[in-house]
Amino acid sequence: MTTSKKKLVLIGNGMAGVRAIEHLLKLSPESYDITIFGAEPHPNYNRIMLSSVLAGGADMQEIVINDWSWYTDNNITLYTGHKVTKIDTERKKVTSHLGIEAAYDVIIIATGSNPFMLPLPGADKEGVIAFRDIHDCEVMIDTSKKYKKAVVIGGGLLGIEAARGLLHLGMEVNVVHIHPYLMERQLDLTASKMLQSELEAQGMQFLLQKSTASIKGKKRAAGLAFTDGTEVDGDLVVMAVGIKPNVELAKAAGLEVNRGIVINDFMQTSIPDIYAVGECAEHRGIAYGLVAPLYEQGAVLAKHLAGVETAGYAGSVTSTKLKVSGVDVFSAGRFVESPGTRSLKIQDDLAGTYKKIVIQDGKLVGAVLFGDISDGAELFASIKKGESVAGREKEILLGISSDLLGQSSGGNRLEAMADDEIICGCNGVSKGTIAEAITTKGCNTVGSIKSCTKASASCGGCKPLVEGLLALYSGDSTGEPVKEGICGCTSLNRDEIVEGITSMRLMSTNEVMNVLGWHNAEGCTKCRPALNYYLGMLYPEEYVDEKESRITNERYHANIQKDGTFSVVPRIYGGVTSPADLKKIAEVAEKFEVPMVKFTGGQRLDLLGVKKEDLPKIWAELDMPSGHAYGKTLRTVKTCVGNTFCRFGTQDSIGMGIRMEKAFERLNAPAKVKLAVSGCPRNCAESTIKDFGVIAIDGGWELHVGGNGGIKVRATELLTIVKTEDEVMEWSSAFLQLYREQAQWNERTAQWIERVGLEYVKTALEKQEDRLDLVARIEKTLSLTTDPWKQIVETDELRKNFEKLSTAQPAQI
Amino acid sequence: MTTKLLVANLSDIDIKGSRTIKIKETEIAVFRLTDGSVLAVENKCPHKGGVLSEGMVCGTAVHCPLHDWKIDLRSGRVQEPDEGCVVTFETEIDQVSGSIYVTI
Repeated sequence: MTTSKKKLVLIGNGMAGVRAIEHLLKLSPESYDITIFGAEPHPNYNRIMLSSVLAGGADMQEIVINDWSWYTDNNITLYTGHKVTKIDTERKKVTSHLGIEAAYDVIIIATGSNPFMLPLPGADKEGVIAFRDIHDCEVMIDTSKKYKKAVVIGGGLLGIEAARGLLHLGMEVNVVHIHPYLMERQLDLTASKMLQSELEAQGMQFLLQKSTASIKGKKRAAGLAFTDGTEVDGDLVVMAVGIKPNVELAKAAGLEVNRGIVINDFMQTSIPDIYAVGECAEHRGIAYGLVAPLYEQGAVLAKHLAGVETAGYAGSVTSTKLKVSGVDVFSAGRFVESPGTRSLKIQDDLAGTYKKIVIQDGKLVGAVLFGDISDGAELFASIKKGESVAGREKEILLGISSDLLGQSSGGNRLEAMADDEIICGCNGVSKGTIAEAITTKGCNTVGSIKSCTKASASCGGCKPLVEGLLALYSGDSTGEPVKEGICGCTSLNRDEIVEGITSMRLMSTNEVMNVLGWHNAEGCTKCRPALNYYLGMLYPEEYVDEKESRITNERYHANIQKDGTFSVVPRIYGGVTSPADLKKIAEVAEKFEVPMVKFTGGQRLDLLGVKKEDLPKIWAELDMPSGHAYGKTLRTVKTCVGNTFCRFGTQDSIGMGIRMEKAFERLNAPAKVKLAVSGCPRNCAESTIKDFGVIAIDGGWELHVGGNGGIKVRATELLTIVKTEDEVMEWSSAFLQLYREQAQWNERTAQWIERVGLEYVKTALEKQEDRLDLVARIEKTLSLTTDPWKQIVETDELRKNFEKLSTAQPAQI
Repeated sequence: MTTKLLVANLSDIDIKGSRTIKIKETEIAVFRLTDGSVLAVENKCPHKGGVLSEGMVCGTAVHCPLHDWKIDLRSGRVQEPDEGCVVTFETEIDQVSGSIYVTI
């Protein structure tokens, strides 16, 4: 092909522009020759994580979004430390301050914004900085080592984050604010006062309604003098009074500029072929300074440039959360009362919580939450949807609804049940406990019963019973079922999250939680592993697995037992071992005084009761791959003897099983996956209660799917019958990949198939071309897996987490 | 009587990770959080004695690896509706050297 590529120049190497490029590369990798100019000397990094860098929670390396190799891998010409000084729209080229010229067909301007520096006398002194980039962070960290007092000018979101960081660095911090209360752009007076007293309790000091006249000091800043004649000392002055879109370049090039560069719904500026995204742009009168809008803009721009049809960008409703430890603050939409709006508020000074909702024309238009921000995402979703909330205002405020649940049919049986009968077997919750929660504690939704009693909080099998009890005891006051997200941290479900990840191309669990508005900044044990899985499934090549978001068993690559010891299960492919391997296992078990050796349910040997610190040593001595006898991955492929020895066997079930186990070894899945191969219809390997079961028949193989021998027994359904071993591999690969791509986190194939129906699976796998697409994707994923045991044995840094800390020493005081 | 002990350096503990140390009869889990702070608690879930050091760290809480009880590492309190409390220990970090001290 000799189609000539268009030349695309991106001005600005920040989050907005590079995000659009990433998206474009995915949609249309061959269309453009890309050149990027960045003024900072770094690769693209996540600016919203700067407060974490300052708080010591992340270092520079961790917040890099695309490292140097990403640019090389994608054939992008990158000029860092180059500021573009001129766009020549006549000759269609740009020039950097170091004289580099680049011709363009298309330009994306993503120059972001600059911190607004107050033009105070003394603002040029040493020790006066903004809070905007890596360099500012470094200055703060260095200064905290030499000086003790800091002053932050600006009591907005950024100022408070900067102040919290400085406090964390051990500095004494005064926050100066011109308004009578903090974060007046994001909070109302009540929430702001609550925030102030919480921050004061953390050690921050405030000087409100103060206007700075000058910065004191000789060469270095020594403090501030205010217009009212008072003063405050400080060796470091941080200005965090706002940002201004960086539009100088655009202005000079003759683009239409208001506060930002004016763009339409397709990010086009007033000059053809020049686009703008992010903080430098102004769309329908708004210049956004938040991450979600710029991602949305980037996605639309990429589609437009790739020639993919798109509806255009219609603006974003934004929400704000304060990223400061120990304080939960949330606001969204238009939360300040204005003519034509009504507001409802509830405040609990004892619990330190506050909630306000603002309603206009029967619709929710804004909200402020303090202390408890768990409703935030839901309120935000309602604001964005613009649905009518008329008649439900009070329920939204109180989080309670008076709508009825449908009448349950199982009422009689539940009514007759004894009070001490256990409803939730996982957590031992009796009918009486649930009834009491409903009648005396005011629980009127399954969610509230769950959080109050733990009923249905683990495996969820008893949820229908809980719903029945709710209908029985709560009657008319049953709450409307609240839309349940994948966990308590979000109201989004699996499909919405996966859609968000792909549409905005989110690349880490942190980013997903940030952008999609999680209530808990770091998620929980339910969502973090789920996000980690979805990201790995969607981007097998680029995503770096986060071990800290994996459950204990997967983090330590061994199964944690009730007493804190672990079990080790060497992999025994297809259940076939050798005398030499058996001897080795026995010797290792003796040497490390393993208290119990047991056959597992899946034809393997389990070494139980191993101390954590012995794990790497045992793995090293065994020198056998370990069996993933835990975690959400391929477990075993159980086999019977088949025609190798059995007089009934029709095919080589052992060989087939070993081939499958070797092929799918280390495969991550939404839940554990178990396979089996039986050599004849007597089905000695019990293939009909496996996720994928293979049963040999004379001249072929039956393929069964969706079985489960666990919590809820389910027999498989016949998927198809094939003739050759290669066809078994093709179908099993395609089936497993379909399951990986479609199922919810923690959903076994049995539940998944019950949910989507066998017909759906059959249709999806019907055509060979579809199967081969799935096979290609699973093979790509499988080709990237590595042996975690080997890695730990060979890497000191990974091994340290298996060892106790060395003996404590008394501190030298 | 309280004693301040030097137990580790920041670099010994991964972010969102933990290490353990046995002092006399007590096993202590020392956690390093994303916000840079370091917190120490007795390494024993009040529920069934699960080793908390092996749990997942989310914000300022750790989830017990055995039955997912959520324990606030600052207060030691278990999240409702579960009940209980673990012993917490005062910690201190020398920002310059990265030394972590635990007072017992």
